[in-house]
Amino acid sequence: MNNKMDILSAKNLSKFYSKNKGLFNKQSINLRAVNNININLKAKESLGIVGESGCGKSTLAKMLAGLITPSSGEIKIQDKDINNYKKYELPNHIQYMFQDPISSLNPRKTIYQSLAAPLKYLRNLDEKEIEKEIKSIIKEVSLKEEFLNRFPHEFSGGQAQRIGIARVLLSKAKIIILDEPVSALDVSVQSQILNLLNDLQKKFELSYIVISHDLAVIEAICDRVMVMYFGDIVEKSDAKELFQKPYHPYTNLLLKSVPKTNQKIKIQNLIETELPDPINPPEGCSFYSRCENKTEKCKDLNPEETIKENRKFKCFFPNN
Amino acid sequence: MINFLKLISRNKLALFGGILLVIIFVVSFLSPLLPLKDPDVIKTSDRFLLPFSEGYLLGTDHLGRDLLSRLLWGTRLSLLVGISAALISATIGSILGTIAGFYGNKTDNVIMRIIDVLMAFPYILLALAIVAVLGPGLFNAMIAVALVNIPFFARNIRGVTVTIANKEFIDAARLSGMSNFKIIIYEIFPNILPVIVVTISTTVGWMILETAGLSFLGLGSQPPQADLGSMLGEGRSALIVNPHTSYVPGAMIFLIVIAVNLFGDGIRDALDPRLSKGELVKPQPVTQIKSNGNVENKSNSFLSVKNLTTAFEFDNKLHLASKDVSFDIKKGECLGLIGESGSGKSVTALSITCLVASPPGVIVNGSVKFQGDDILKMNYEQIRELRGNKISYIFQDPLSTLHPLIKIGKQLEEAFIEHNHQKNKEATLKGKELLKLVQIPNIENVWNSYPHELSGGMRQRVSIAMALTNDPELIIADEPTTALDVTVQAQILSLLDTLRKERGLSVLFISHDFGVVSQICDRVIVMYGGQIVEEGKTENIMSKPRHPYTSQLMECVPHIGFGKRKLPTILGSPPLIIYKKEIGCSFASRCLFKKDNCLNEDIKIVRKGDSEVRCLYPHE
Repeated sequence: MNNKMDILSAKNLSKFYSKNKGLFNKQSINLRAVNNININLKAKESLGIVGESGCGKSTLAKMLAGLITPSSGEIKIQDKDINNYKKYELPNHIQYMFQDPISSLNPRKTIYQSLAAPLKYLRNLDEKEIEKEIKSIIKEVSLKEEFLNRFPHEFSGGQAQRIGIARVLLSKAKIIILDEPVSALDVSVQSQILNLLNDLQKKFELSYIVISHDLAVIEAICDRVMVMYFGDIVEKSDAKELFQKPYHPYTNLLLKSVPKTNQKIKIQNLIETELPDPINPPEGCSFYSRCENKTEKCKDLNPEETIKENRKFKCFFPNN
Repeated sequence: MINFLKLISRNKLALFGGILLVIIFVVSFLSPLLPLKDPDVIKTSDRFLLPFSEGYLLGTDHLGRDLLSRLLWGTRLSLLVGISAALISATIGSILGTIAGFYGNKTDNVIMRIIDVLMAFPYILLALAIVAVLGPGLFNAMIAVALVNIPFFARNIRGVTVTIANKEFIDAARLSGMSNFKIIIYEIFPNILPVIVVTISTTVGWMILETAGLSFLGLGSQPPQADLGSMLGEGRSALIVNPHTSYVPGAMIFLIVIAVNLFGDGIRDALDPRLSKGELVKPQPVTQIKSNGNVENKSNSFLSVKNLTTAFEFDNKLHLASKDVSFDIKKGECLGLIGESGSGKSVTALSITCLVASPPGVIVNGSVKFQGDDILKMNYEQIRELRGNKISYIFQDPLSTLHPLIKIGKQLEEAFIEHNHQKNKEATLKGKELLKLVQIPNIENVWNSYPHELSGGMRQRVSIAMALTNDPELIIADEPTTALDVTVQAQILSLLDTLRKERGLSVLFISHDFGVVSQICDRVIVMYGGQIVEEGKTENIMSKPRHPYTSQLMECVPHIGFGKRKLPTILGSPPLIIYKKEIGCSFASRCLFKKDNCLNEDIKIVRKGDSEVRCLYPHE
């Protein structure tokens, strides 16, 4: 699994949140967020993680960036366990870009002050070098120099997201996690940011992990895609193949549900849309209750990862 | 700083408190320089002289000491002690609160339990105990008062810190390589400072009072040193015969505390961003209408909106949010309203039943005819009768429109009873019937749930059920599926479509998503910069957009099936607020087909066949 080519890999990664049952009840209940996941990311590659709310994709991403401690499993960045990195060294290698561009900037600091932090603390540059770096990066993300002395609330979403990108780039990290990079932005601004991310990836040889609920966004910037459902990866594949020929019924459902401009609505029959209970996960396949292809077997057995034509999925009865 | 003073002075009482405070400060702190008698010199022959006696402006006390001099020296001392105590407890309390809030878990538990123990004692008893241990004296009294007030600061600051520590910019700072200590100093502290200042300003009055209390009991300043509390204590024995010895320090304490509190309130108002923008003004139930009512609307449509112009008023200036919006909806028709943020689509939707919060919202012009009657000319009672009855709304976030503390069933019943004045029994029947209609499985369960116990999709079903309670004829749905996952979105859209066809409802459907709108709308309006730029049949607009904004916007939305690629873009970002004076096409600066005369004059909307477009050079 841990290929030498991989810039990042994670093995058997899980996260459970435990909660005491009550004030006087010492017994605790485990809430499953991410369940036994393996991930690998190659250099200069962009990997998409797609799934609906509550599937654990943000928890997974935050564990990779070292913002949440995993319950079990190991994460290696450049073949070194992240626990073996020195304090404050990890952000030099992996960075996280947040969904809401405005709230990821301190409201009481100017943009210049926010951008100077990674240069000062991660790269130990002096004042002069900091100014030079900031001025050059601000051009890279197409912002004006006069913006530097303004405060976050003076910016539109698109501009703030460019500032977020600049901050991430300044750390010189090669792996960047993009958490819903455009979902807070206006439609006409989304494509600007996606193009910018594509350009910067080539220019600075970055590797991306892109998290989104929007399949179209994932398709536009990713080479490979993993589909997550209920804390588990149910399908992984090259982006092109996944979007042309989804194997897992859940991937298929997602693709089918995206509204298209050239068709009227089809009547949906009401299949359950609720996720299983994370405190008491089902024994069999977690997608069972919503699945079109289900049989009795799926109810009792949880499918293992199957490989077919270079594609991996967890399903007994895949589509196609 | 000048702005800050301006904000404070808006509140007249705060201004009064501030001025009073400055006077008290200046006079008492200048007391060593003023030509006063020595406050401690005893002259028993002049005891208990009344105020305005010769040589003694405020009279003398039981030892013949000059009350004016003692008052000023005493005020100076009391202020010093009170303020020092406030600063000490603010510093220690804030540090404890920040640490507890930032680190959480065990640290938080340990610190806050100790604080709880401190709070369990009545403060004056605790202060007495501390003084008893340390021994009487002004300095010890100050320490006691400071200690007693630490819990107050710690709890306040902890609460604020917890919210800030969970913000994304703290994670961002961590990823910038900042240590916890630096994060607290550089990221958190600037954000909690206003809270600390406000808390100090509202408690310093208390602290002065508490120190005076201790001195009054003889545990604070020791004779002959004067402070306000000890002066009161000494005057107490002569309260009946010579009350002025008590009145003088008492009045001073009263003035100080009231000045501090008024001024403190002013600071709080000025520092709270919500208050400084005046947003806590209670909105009126209907939007203010400043229209001269001369818009002629002869349309006989089911709903006809004509020249509707809504603005927001700040500092007596009007900022237009929507401008001359006109459209008709036929009975049973679903009209889509597409636009980005700031396009004026939501304002338009809310203006239809005067729901724009006012202040600052103002409807400047226009007419909204619903079944022949102009809503903008109705009184509040008539509008209220329409809302939720014949016209109902579905909003983006049902969690914020449903009452969080009332069970779903109860809320459905109330919506019914409010307009129908019928009994609970019928309301229950009706409510359950509606939940069945919106295809909620396990109705009994949902009926007895609170909104937060349901998933987003279920909540949106409930709010659709609620919108249908009184058999409305028009539903205004403002981004009803934006917060939902795609699979759930598809179901909600399908539900809305079925319902409207079955019941012949008219729907105004607001969205930013072409895909969603083309699924269920018969006709589409595209808005940009507060104006309608294009209107037409859904299929026509989707296949052959005529306005450059519509076509450019449709192109830059990513579609599935085209792989990793460079996407077409529109330069710049949409305008946020439109000012009246701007002339010409609002999209011109971002338009690929712009010509010189696009900015010369306001562009009129031109009808051609069954479509309208506001452009000098539309696509043919």
